[in-house]
Amino acid sequence: MSDDIYREIILDHYRNPRNKGRLTDPDVTIHDSNPLCGDEIDMHLKVEEDRIKDIKFEGRGCAISQASASMLTEMVSNKPLSMVKNLSKEDILENIGLTNLGPARIKCALLSLKVLKMSMVKYYADKDPKSAGDFHDESVKY
Amino acid sequence: MQKTALSVDEIRQDFPILKRKVGVGGSKTLVYLDNAATTQKPYVVINAMNEYYSSYNANIHRAVHQLGEEATAAYEQTREKVAKFINARSADEIIFTRNATEAINLVAYSWGRKNIKRADTIVLTEMEHHSNIVPWQILSQEKKSRICYLGVDDQGYLKMTDYERVLKKEPVRLVSVSEMSNVLGTILPLKEIITRAHENNVPVFVDAAQSVPHLQVDVQKTDCDFLAFSAHKMLGPTGVGILYVKKEILKEMPPFIGGGDMIKEVHQQNTIYNDLPYRFEGGTQNIAGVIGFSAALDYLAAIGMDRVRNHELEITRYALSALSDIKDITIYGPKNLRDRGGVISFNIADIHPHDLATIMNEHGIAIRSGHHCAQVLMERLDVAATSRASFYIYNTREEVDLFANALLDARRIFRI
Ligand SMILES: Cc1ncc(COP(=O)(O)O)c(C=O)c1O
Repeated sequence: MSDDIYREIILDHYRNPRNKGRLTDPDVTIHDSNPLCGDEIDMHLKVEEDRIKDIKFEGRGCAISQASASMLTEMVSNKPLSMVKNLSKEDILENIGLTNLGPARIKCALLSLKVLKMSMVKYYADKDPKSAGDFHDESVKY
Repeated sequence: MQKTALSVDEIRQDFPILKRKVGVGGSKTLVYLDNAATTQKPYVVINAMNEYYSSYNANIHRAVHQLGEEATAAYEQTREKVAKFINARSADEIIFTRNATEAINLVAYSWGRKNIKRADTIVLTEMEHHSNIVPWQILSQEKKSRICYLGVDDQGYLKMTDYERVLKKEPVRLVSVSEMSNVLGTILPLKEIITRAHENNVPVFVDAAQSVPHLQVDVQKTDCDFLAFSAHKMLGPTGVGILYVKKEILKEMPPFIGGGDMIKEVHQQNTIYNDLPYRFEGGTQNIAGVIGFSAALDYLAAIGMDRVRNHELEITRYALSALSDIKDITIYGPKNLRDRGGVISFNIADIHPHDLATIMNEHGIAIRSGHHCAQVLMERLDVAATSRASFYIYNTREEVDLFANALLDARRIFRI
């Protein structure tokens, strides 16, 4: 089982995270942590014409949370915000190839999605409060 | 004092959970190394509570009927046993709470609100559990007092020079320290800490959550003023904590939780409070839990705390030696066995503790990972988290071997 979780690709993203760091002039920056484990993620986004122009993350925590964040940034980079809106828990778990995590560790895998959705809410909060509401996603709350 | 080693094989027969199979398809026998969080319970403890509920369940103290008398006797006998276990002068100095955390809060709210004044200093250490930090922070916010943390050196020892400096320079009103760290295992020089505090007329609170279960504790010998621990960390049930307070201090403490049982007379506008220690036990107590704890105390007393300590020393020595053979491991806390308890915190290479715990779990091994409710210490050690294995009377060398092998497997899985 552990061999299935800690596959080469997870360890690679854990040790060589993509899009790690900050943006000089982000449109939105948001932080959250997982109280159970202490995993932390900060997301920085630059939005242009309803697309994610640039995305970076900072964070520390277990291999699952950090690899998942790294893979998520690759997944949404240059994609329209409507795609982020529709991203589900299952999409993320499938993308990272971890579909049978136990209840304690699934939170690690989903932290970055939660932070990304929070950043969308924050981005729209001033511009278009109605759209902000659309990004509230109960399924990634815990 | 018994000198013979303790018979771990026999002891293991007394703990039903140790036969439990865990893991995929129940393929592994449980290896339980999370004893600093809570220990397992022997049959005698489980049976004692079962018997209370099935044959003399009643509320205590005011009942005139037979069941009430029996329950009251069992509850009060436990108070006597606790007093004897930690060598208190009198059972009146023993108060039952829900856990060690509530015991610390009781003192912070009752004694603290009365005695801590603006600009007073409360001395803690960087090794404290959140339970021995947050209540004092709440008090300090209300009273505008200050918390000062004694440092920990790189070997995991308390910096006693910090202590001398603080005692000399600051208006210290209370010292509150954990006798044994739940992360580093460090055992503090309690006698020395208390003697120096008393020379300065400062009372000392001892968080004994990790020491009473593992070491011989004698409140008269150390002369501590307050002491708190939890039954569930020493074979007893959850939901029972113990607070010891020296009688002359307890007499002057205002009540904490108001309600039934802590009173003598209640009138429309005033109340006459009950005698000690009942004044501090408001409402119906965890009677079954206290009765279960009584059996745990008997069990430990029959083994003898010197043998408990010797067994833990032996297993910790064995584990430290097995673990130090593993490449890229960092072990925290004192190297000298005499100065530490059976708690080993460590990190291996870049394997995050949560990932390590997941891999251990698959081997049927229960360890803890995270900040262990000691974030101030994590900051001091400059780590986000550690993994922790902690031992008790039923742990064996074979279990340590399984654990060390599983750690090697974690290195393989992480390709290091
Ligand atoms: C040193 C120390 N103090 C206090 C506590 C709190 O114990 P409880 O949660 O039973 O109140 C613990 C338990 O984790 C501990 O290890």
